[in-house]
Amino acid sequence: MRTALADRTSDVRATWPPLPRRTRPRPTLLTIRTPISRRAATTLTVLSLAVPFTAWVVLSASGAVPATFLPSPGAVLSAGWEMARSGELAVDVWTTTRRVLEGFGLAVLVSVPLGILMGTFHAGQAAFEPLIGLLRYLPASAFIPLLIIWLGLGEPSKIAILFIGTVFFNTLMTADVVRGVPRSLIDVSYTLGARRGEVLRKVVVPHSLPGIIDAVRVNAAAAWNFVVVAELVNSTAGLGYRIVRAQRFLQTDKIFAVLVVIGVIGVMIDVALRLVRARVGRWAG
Amino acid sequence: MTLELVDVSMDYRLHGQQKRALDGVSLTVSPGEFLCVVGASGSGKSTLLSLVAGLTTPTGGEITLDGHPITGPGPDRGLVFQTGSLYPWRTVERNVAFGLELLALDTAERGRRVDWYLAETGLAGVRRSLPRQLSGGQQQRVAIARALVCEPDVLLLDEPFGALDVQTKEDMQLLIRQIWRDTGTTVLMVTHDVEEAVFLGTRVVVLASDPGRVAAETSIPLPDDRGLATKRTLAFLNLRASIEDMVRASHRSGVTR
Repeated sequence: MRTALADRTSDVRATWPPLPRRTRPRPTLLTIRTPISRRAATTLTVLSLAVPFTAWVVLSASGAVPATFLPSPGAVLSAGWEMARSGELAVDVWTTTRRVLEGFGLAVLVSVPLGILMGTFHAGQAAFEPLIGLLRYLPASAFIPLLIIWLGLGEPSKIAILFIGTVFFNTLMTADVVRGVPRSLIDVSYTLGARRGEVLRKVVVPHSLPGIIDAVRVNAAAAWNFVVVAELVNSTAGLGYRIVRAQRFLQTDKIFAVLVVIGVIGVMIDVALRLVRARVGRWAG
Repeated sequence: MTLELVDVSMDYRLHGQQKRALDGVSLTVSPGEFLCVVGASGSGKSTLLSLVAGLTTPTGGEITLDGHPITGPGPDRGLVFQTGSLYPWRTVERNVAFGLELLALDTAERGRRVDWYLAETGLAGVRRSLPRQLSGGQQQRVAIARALVCEPDVLLLDEPFGALDVQTKEDMQLLIRQIWRDTGTTVLMVTHDVEEAVFLGTRVVVLASDPGRVAAETSIPLPDDRGLATKRTLAFLNLRASIEDMVRASHRSGVTR
């Protein structure tokens, strides 16, 4: 036992110099995980959009960059309006969206059950993890030539690229989410009389659902990237096709307009999935 | 419904080393009893409960309920963990209803039973709340009600009040005493809190640590009608002191100075 306070005087620590104290810095905008004022937040958000846009306006108006390289916002707007009026934009948007729905939809249909299998059963993990872990490192765009040889130039090869580009990631992310179901929740369900299938259906799946939607949201962005890549190579409609075609005629304003459309649709998908996630995952708070 | 453990041992491997969590534990839990198992950490208390629940299988010995060996988990042995075992997406009433949803019961019958246990555990007012909206004490009430609605032969409590503040803990102790007396359920509870064990139990078993084994057991000759004032009586304090001494004597502390 250590001797008590009585012989403090003989405590060797008495000879030590006082421990230096550091001054505490004032809180700033960059204090870790600390809310900032609403005004500061709004200002930052507005600036983050206004600064690049202003730079674009100034740069294109000054004539420092030729219009074929950097069209003015006005030119992009009118090119977009022109495409919308002629109806070709609607066709392109629908063609691309349909490919995403088919290719990524198929990937979700395969990857979610497979991910649940891998996250729930060690056997599932042992059987699929090595192959999928390898396959996901193969770039989907590198499969384009192969898929064209296998499936031809039509729709199937484009849908296949989308599928390959998203299915592996979505599987592994789903498996991770499912592995996050607390052990105690599974154990307690058995003690309440649930059987394996019931534990899966009534515990594992509902607990994982918000996380699975998150995975789908992340991979939807990837799907939207892959579809444009797929369309850059040999297609007759779609937003990627429109970009290649505009390039051929040096219509940079049109390329910009298509890029804006792609961005807007992407944000819309993200917002929609966020809303679904918020609704399904309300219990998580 | 007698629960019997005969010479139960549990070995496991940790970092390639054989470890013995429980060593030849023999216990009998009689119908209607409230048996508290106390022991320091490392005494295998939780392992013991997990074995009775059927979530793990002993490496030696046998556990029987009414003469039948336990082969897996089931609603005849309801289990309540310390924290975090509620279904966070289900409301209070649907958490409680979980076990009944698995049975062929009509909605009215299920509702009637759920209502009774919600009332018994004082949860009627929060029946439509989600677990995250509840206090720690309320969450444990849900876990208890959810186990009890399945009418278990024995209710297994794994340090159910260990994460609660002292006041809430005392409320819950009174509640579980009340439930035990109202329902006549057999209760097997593990805790490291000797005061809690003496207050709740009709009998207390002390486990020694490393490996876990039965060091002592003693019946608690306190009246059935116990209130918080009971904890200040001489009889209670003497029992508590002697059992605390037993726990301390049988706990090989790893810390020396």
